[in-house]
Amino acid sequence: MNRVVVTGLGTISPLGHTTASYWDSVKQGISGIGPITLVSTPEQLTQKVAAEVKNFDPLRHFEERELSTLDRISQFAVVAAREAIIQAGITFDIPLSLRTATIIGTGVGGQTTLDESFRRLYVEKKSRVFPLTIPKVMVNAPASQISMFCGLRGPAFAVASACASATHAIGLAFQMLRSGAVDCAVAGGAEACITFGTLRGWEAMRVMAPDTVRPFSKDRKGMVLGEGAAMLILEPLERARARGATILGEIVGFGMGADAADLTAPDKDGMARAMENALADAKLAPSDIQYVNAHGTGTAANDQTETQALHQVFGAHAGKLGVSSTKSMIGHALGAAGALELVATLMSIRESVMPPTIGYLGRDPACDLDYVPNEARVANIDAALSNSFAFGGLNAVLAVKKFT
Amino acid sequence: MSDIASDVIEIIAKKKRVEKPTVELTDRLDALGLESLDAVEMIFDLEEKFDIEIPYNANTNNPRTEFGTVGEVVSAIEKIVANKKS
Repeated sequence: MNRVVVTGLGTISPLGHTTASYWDSVKQGISGIGPITLVSTPEQLTQKVAAEVKNFDPLRHFEERELSTLDRISQFAVVAAREAIIQAGITFDIPLSLRTATIIGTGVGGQTTLDESFRRLYVEKKSRVFPLTIPKVMVNAPASQISMFCGLRGPAFAVASACASATHAIGLAFQMLRSGAVDCAVAGGAEACITFGTLRGWEAMRVMAPDTVRPFSKDRKGMVLGEGAAMLILEPLERARARGATILGEIVGFGMGADAADLTAPDKDGMARAMENALADAKLAPSDIQYVNAHGTGTAANDQTETQALHQVFGAHAGKLGVSSTKSMIGHALGAAGALELVATLMSIRESVMPPTIGYLGRDPACDLDYVPNEARVANIDAALSNSFAFGGLNAVLAVKKFT
Repeated sequence: MSDIASDVIEIIAKKKRVEKPTVELTDRLDALGLESLDAVEMIFDLEEKFDIEIPYNANTNNPRTEFGTVGEVVSAIEKIVANKKS
């Protein structure tokens, strides 16, 4: 069994287009939420705010002819993967490229392309759509584009489990590296879901906050959509050491499971089982954990249920945990959320800083843990969990440790 | 019974999760077994049926407690429909 370490991180987020700028803002508790600009008719929306990736100029990253093949989601995916690969300092020669996996989570795929194409058909009454509509929309497009742009020839596919997609993707890559099935992996998640149709869909669920997201807080009013991508380079420890790579952290456990209950309502036992599975897989006791990067969507139901699940898993130790929601700053980037949050978790361990839950107005009696409210906290973290719980009752939790 | 009342009863009857041959104005929503997604779907059906907008956020509203009975839903809809006409 190999130990699996992280040697590269790439991030494109509402708080910056690099891992450094993203983490710097997360640490400072800056909100990436603002008025919706990506929709051409925002006046027709009830929802007025989202966490958009701002000032993203695709032509800074791609040639014009390449862009006709890339939905916004794949642009994010490739940009983040390139950053991670450069940081890892890996060159993918043919033998290594054949043994490198590309496993990318996404919840909803190329929504911008889908929305534009259907608008042409239904609103503009045009008779045809752009020729590459299908390969831009498909949910495996981000994985395929990373594989093509970066020359990765090993196992490559998409993982879809809504809001847990990226965590499942990274967990799967972790398992493949641990067992020796591959020698390297680019794993993470991407999402670009701020379109008219998707927003209308979320509005119809009646779970969106009109102003901002306030996870675990009293008077919280729901979630806010986000977007972006985060990619990790994972390698077996021996290989990373042999090539003298800088090791950014270690993934030590992965737990997953399904509620087999309600389509949308969170399930305390399902959440708890995923966390317990991750701890058992990592051979960690609950008391070994100092920090939990929560799923923390800001809905009434999730935050209350996740708190109950944390009590169930951690017992008396729950009160000693720092628990924070990165979604308080970057919104909910669905299939990218787990990767963006794992980057924050790894950086928090590395720099001994727990990122805050911002927008916190005070205690909700149903949410009685330490949510690191509004300001980051300096704290040694040896081990942490990153939680992702999806619609459809699909749960995934990663356990990470300081590399020593 | 008003047209609105019979329409509302028809919509709620489709969402109920308890064995009960008819839905009455005096029935409580929680006693009919409506769950949170049922409530969201019920609101949608009411909006579609009466061409109205019902401000409703599942995080802060709870129709099972805000509207005790089917009759209270009917009065609320009657008010929104009347405001729309005026």
